[in-house]
Amino acid sequence: MKTAVLQFPGSNCDIDALKALHHTVDTMAELVWHTTTDLSSYDLIVVPGGFSYGDYLRAGAIARFSPVLKAVQEAAARGRYILGICNGFQILTEAGLLPGALRRNESLQFRCEISQLVVANGHTAFTSEYTENEIINIPIAHGEGNYYVDDETKKALQERGQIVFRYVSEHNPNGSVDGIAGVINERGNVLGMMPHPERAVSKRLGSEDGLRLFASILKSWRGTHVLH
Amino acid sequence: MNVLAKIFVTLKDSVLDPQGKAVTHALHALKYGAVSDVRIGKYMEVTLSANSLDDADRLVRGMCDELLTNPVIEKFTFELMEVSQ
Repeated sequence: MKTAVLQFPGSNCDIDALKALHHTVDTMAELVWHTTTDLSSYDLIVVPGGFSYGDYLRAGAIARFSPVLKAVQEAAARGRYILGICNGFQILTEAGLLPGALRRNESLQFRCEISQLVVANGHTAFTSEYTENEIINIPIAHGEGNYYVDDETKKALQERGQIVFRYVSEHNPNGSVDGIAGVINERGNVLGMMPHPERAVSKRLGSEDGLRLFASILKSWRGTHVLH
Repeated sequence: MNVLAKIFVTLKDSVLDPQGKAVTHALHALKYGAVSDVRIGKYMEVTLSANSLDDADRLVRGMCDELLTNPVIEKFTFELMEVSQ
């Protein structure tokens, strides 16, 4: 499985993502600069966290027009796996690859802490190594993670199992609609999430619950690419 | 002609505005009890050249839809005025 970790001016979780990929699934992962126009050789594209273009205008609004985003759109259309983490999630919603938008946290505070998540859908390409409804510990670090969708879209997301992660109900850190922490597209190959699985891949980091997310992707990829 | 567009971006009525709520509370703390609600938005000034005000209207609407606002949570209004070079 060949993986690209995108780098925008202002990305700051790119190296963490790269190291997490090496550590967890030992995939061929490399950094790819935002001016790249061809991602056709990659099976997984990670859009990492940070503050691309200083979060000017809105988080993700400018990155969305980077040359590489066109290549991400093409890769998504070809069914390649796309994982947007934190600012990456914001970019994917701005680009229209995922529904909804991320608003300022309800508390107006930047929240940097371990969050408890419920795996709301354990049958996606990104979560098959988890048990459905399992509670996992993954850190968050964001000021604009307050997910919004209108009621009609939320209902559709629920019915189609597109809500993949929720904050445990008593600890919604940002005011997200329905406690939503991560959503997947209808086709099931584009996942966006505010929590950082790449920061939870070793006990020394406080949690290794993020490990199985990367393992799930590798397993899904093997399921379609390795000859039996 | 040179046109100045004054663009006002606000959150849709259905979207809660935590900043506005915090400011409402702060105004109440300052004894401005008359205040019932505050909504915070963005104001932008865009200067552009256009063939006519109609042409400018079309351009500004396009840039609001494409970049300046996020239609999932925001709405916009704008005013146009001709300005000297």
